[in-house]
Amino acid sequence: MAECHPVGFQWVMEAKERGATIIHVDPRFTRTSALADVHVPLRAGTDIAFLGALVNHVLSTGKDFREYVVAYTNAPAILRQDFADTEDLDGLFSGFDPESHHYETTTWMYEGADASAAAGARDRWPASGGEGEQDVAARQHGGRELRDTARAESYGAGGAALGGKPALDPTLQHPRCVYQVLKRHFARYTPELVEDVCGVSRELFARVADAITANSGRERTTALCYSVGWTQHTVGVQYIRTASILQALLGNIGRPGGGILALRGHASIQGSTDVPTLFDLLPGYIPMPHAHQHQDLDAFVAADAGTTGFWGNMRAYVVSLLKAWWGEAATQENDYRFDWLPRLTGDHGTYRTVLNQLSGECKGYFLVGENPAVGSANAKLQRLGLANLDWLVVRDLRMIESATFWKDGPEIETGELRTEEIPTEVFFLPAAAHTEKDGSFTNTQRLLQWHHAAITPPGDARSDLWFYYHLGRIIREKLAGSTDPRDRPLLDLTWDYPTEGPLAEPSADAVLAEINGHGPDGQPLSTSTQLRDDGSTACGVWIYCGVRAHGHNQAANRRPRHEQSRVAPDWGWAWPANRRILYNRASADPDGRPWSERKRYVWWDAEQGRWTGDDVPDFEADKPPGYRPPPGAKAQDALAGTDPFIMQSDGRAWLFAPAGLADGPLPAHYEPYESPVDNPLYGQQTNPALQAHDRPANRYHPAGNQVYPYAFTTYRLTEHHTAGAMSRTLPYLSELQPEFFCEVSPELAAERGLEHLGWATITTARTAVEARVLVTDRMKPLRVRGRTIHQVGLPYHWGPEGLSTGDAANELLSVVLDPNVRIQESKAATCDIRPDRRPRGPALLAHVAAYRRRAGLPDDTPPTTGEGRP
Amino acid sequence: MTSDRNRLSGPLADPSADAGYPDDHPPRMGFFTDTSVCIGCKACQVACKEWNLLPAETGELDLLGQSFDNTGALSANNWRHVAFIEQKTEQTTAPDRPPVDLGMPAMGPPGHDAGAADGQVRWLMSSDVCKHCTHAACLDVCPTGSLFRTEFGTVVVQEDICNGCGYCVPACPYGVIDIRPGDGRAFKCTLCYDRLGAGREPACAQACPTDSIQFGPLEELRERADRRVTELHERGVDQAQLYGRDPQDGVGGDGAFFLLLDEPEVYGLPPDPVVTTRDLPSMWRHAATAAVGVAVSVALSFLGRGTERRKP
Repeated sequence: MAECHPVGFQWVMEAKERGATIIHVDPRFTRTSALADVHVPLRAGTDIAFLGALVNHVLSTGKDFREYVVAYTNAPAILRQDFADTEDLDGLFSGFDPESHHYETTTWMYEGADASAAAGARDRWPASGGEGEQDVAARQHGGRELRDTARAESYGAGGAALGGKPALDPTLQHPRCVYQVLKRHFARYTPELVEDVCGVSRELFARVADAITANSGRERTTALCYSVGWTQHTVGVQYIRTASILQALLGNIGRPGGGILALRGHASIQGSTDVPTLFDLLPGYIPMPHAHQHQDLDAFVAADAGTTGFWGNMRAYVVSLLKAWWGEAATQENDYRFDWLPRLTGDHGTYRTVLNQLSGECKGYFLVGENPAVGSANAKLQRLGLANLDWLVVRDLRMIESATFWKDGPEIETGELRTEEIPTEVFFLPAAAHTEKDGSFTNTQRLLQWHHAAITPPGDARSDLWFYYHLGRIIREKLAGSTDPRDRPLLDLTWDYPTEGPLAEPSADAVLAEINGHGPDGQPLSTSTQLRDDGSTACGVWIYCGVRAHGHNQAANRRPRHEQSRVAPDWGWAWPANRRILYNRASADPDGRPWSERKRYVWWDAEQGRWTGDDVPDFEADKPPGYRPPPGAKAQDALAGTDPFIMQSDGRAWLFAPAGLADGPLPAHYEPYESPVDNPLYGQQTNPALQAHDRPANRYHPAGNQVYPYAFTTYRLTEHHTAGAMSRTLPYLSELQPEFFCEVSPELAAERGLEHLGWATITTARTAVEARVLVTDRMKPLRVRGRTIHQVGLPYHWGPEGLSTGDAANELLSVVLDPNVRIQESKAATCDIRPDRRPRGPALLAHVAAYRRRAGLPDDTPPTTGEGRP
Repeated sequence: MTSDRNRLSGPLADPSADAGYPDDHPPRMGFFTDTSVCIGCKACQVACKEWNLLPAETGELDLLGQSFDNTGALSANNWRHVAFIEQKTEQTTAPDRPPVDLGMPAMGPPGHDAGAADGQVRWLMSSDVCKHCTHAACLDVCPTGSLFRTEFGTVVVQEDICNGCGYCVPACPYGVIDIRPGDGRAFKCTLCYDRLGAGREPACAQACPTDSIQFGPLEELRERADRRVTELHERGVDQAQLYGRDPQDGVGGDGAFFLLLDEPEVYGLPPDPVVTTRDLPSMWRHAATAAVGVAVSVALSFLGRGTERRKP
């Protein structure tokens, strides 16, 4: 966190000054470790084993926050009889289809929750087959058929919708209740296992376990912070799930000082998932409709309309969105133009798109503030894709490798590509920086902070808002008068933003007003509960509704923290409804009283008959703790006054995820796809549902392969930003970290003959890169599975453009993906490392091919000149 | 102790008054750099170069191999410098063993520090800067008056007056002030004299995310530092020590002082800096004595020669 979020780290330092214990778990000793009380070096890719052992420690010592667990989590929920755990199936859960590598998730449901047939179940992807067993799955906000297309991503943020509430055993004794299932599932995740798998000593593990459990409960809370080191794995989503289980068991969710904080990789990545730029989501985590399933609005919302929790209002959110986009043209008679929304026809994720570029299906591409030729896994595959397009639009602050690959990319040097044969027409359009435009950042705490343009962008540089608005304007002008029905969605868009200044910059405030939404009188809405499904309200992003309440830009609020309460509601604006802690009903006990004076935050005021407290209560303000839903209640009315997790259909935090995940209802330790060792826990070595694409230019190393004996991990440095466009081009930053380097331990240096400040060639089945060597005690060999495991550290910022140049670490990585969100595994893989610089030109290909041959992998590239080193 | 003597060394309550500023001059301002909260982000270095328009050194981009430090030292173009020191220390997981002071400064390249055989790694980071000495030798030796004492008690070099003689460079006991290659003039931290004049804090202090660099009236900073070091000692951080805090030290105390977590040598700081002009009066006295001695001997030799000539 100190490395990549130094400004945010000031609050960690402040917490430390006030007595907090800072524990840093990371394969490397970083700047964060330097300031932490405890550093836990573990083997990259083994966090589920580590976190799972913490879960086991909590469960086996009875240190869970029992009242919280019974009342607020699904620990008492009883599971179906036919559910089988990884303990029963040697690493698989029930429902796995070995042929398609997909899970059929019906057996993961609560017992009894599948009793009633779903009305208006979504239609099915015709090719998926097996109709008979799909009724239940189809009701899950997406269902099985989507697994062939977008799968779990299509669930939106609400997770899967369940058909009913589970049967509960508050004593937690029922052998099939989640609590007991969890206990059995994690029973073998012991300190000894942690030592064996992660390379973390039992003493160190005990220290962490004691610190976390001693600091959780009624009086105290513990926060977990993570960044992409946790997410970029083939089990990335399950990492976060394990953390969620731990925090829910300890009662650390919805309470001050608790929670799980995702540190995002860029300034407004949270905003770009909220609004969003993801292919499978509409604004506010509404799933993108599917071409074959969602023929009309009713079919689309059917899976949610009957369910409990706030997602039960999805129709109001969708209709208001359609009204925001098509205004007067969206009416009840024409289904609010639901048919004009784009549709999913399959997976359109970034890596699938690269494969589609290679196969010629994808012919045009926009790259906006992204530099995949350096920043994405298997950079070569990315460039080969870009080189097979008809056209490519690149918008960035500086000229980047993704715009210049056709003249100076590594494939030009090796002869794999010839400039004159690349068909791609590249349009480079300079972009304005955040200081040159109005707009908002949404940070990881869902906090919107407005920024005002300080200066005019230089030369031809323009804001993204300018670019898309004028692009849309020009296209609409070209289409004006068209009678072709396919042009109507564009022509009827509410595309009337006022422009200002000599550059005709669209008003960002007008866009914010559309996002906030308005009522029938045209007045700004104040909260999303005002949204209606009858077409009387319009709202561009339902979760952002209220950001411009009373016509005032709340995101621009900047009252200093010393002039307001500790919650600081007058600094920026947090979605939803300016709540700073989500699910904060959980900060009070079931009766609505604070769990403790020390941790009081939101509570029930019986006299006023309202929820009150330091923050905006994340609960219906007047729903008393004693409220019990009447039979047949819908949406939020179906949740009791003791159900704090109001976006979940059962109002509870899910220790066990009965739906919504593609690779298991519980996390299990699987080895990274490329691992130096075997999996001691299960016969199943890796995530059975992961997505691999074994093909030329993307070959994988078998586990334990001695040709690629070392583990490596990639990361960022404080001095540079991601793929380098914003730092390698700046002299003051380039001079601080001028060259690509690798970090190795003195032991590995001795084993391979690497010299401090000398050169090293790091080789994988994909390619080889060269880096200067930093020998440092901060890298530690670990004892794992009876072997010494060396790890190589590789910052990934460099490429051939800019002031500070070098090979890109992402050249080394393969594309292998998590099945839930399709994130690549870039934090754990294997490689070889040898002294000296890498071969040049065609000799590089021969070098890599020779490695592949020795590893028994397909050769792919016939050697032309020279022979690769062994 | 006479005030005359303290012109060049020893405690001096008010260097600005000593330099002739009237009584209503502002209090002496300085930096307290608390390295125990430094995260090595180098924001101070970048903010300094941005504000002061210092040249980047991208012409000679090269890894130094000094951990994450690729700046190396304070120089004419780097007025802030973050040092990174990697150490192997005693096992911290064995709290029953009292820490052993080996009594040796740990020096040498990263990864080769003295200390315990197989222990925990410690990574020290510290942002170094001009010390703005109470007795600044650079200023004392400057023949052009380019270096001067400001009303804030800081020491500033005026680039339009400096003639590049370079006397100040060896005069500095810390090796801070430096001649810019290709320019010939001397440069160093001004403690953002231009910002101070406008009531702003120096760029580095403003940029520091963890308040490792604290700016303020020196008296206040010294009190704060004393409290901080006591606090750290109470928490068992025995190695915490202040550097440049003491007005009795060889430079009369620094305007920019530090809280360190190890001996100064470890950070590349001189353990006992002395203003190089401290001994100037006695040197002059010795020189005068010597000169008189030489004159007497010369005179005597002339007398002697007369005697010799008389010899047959």
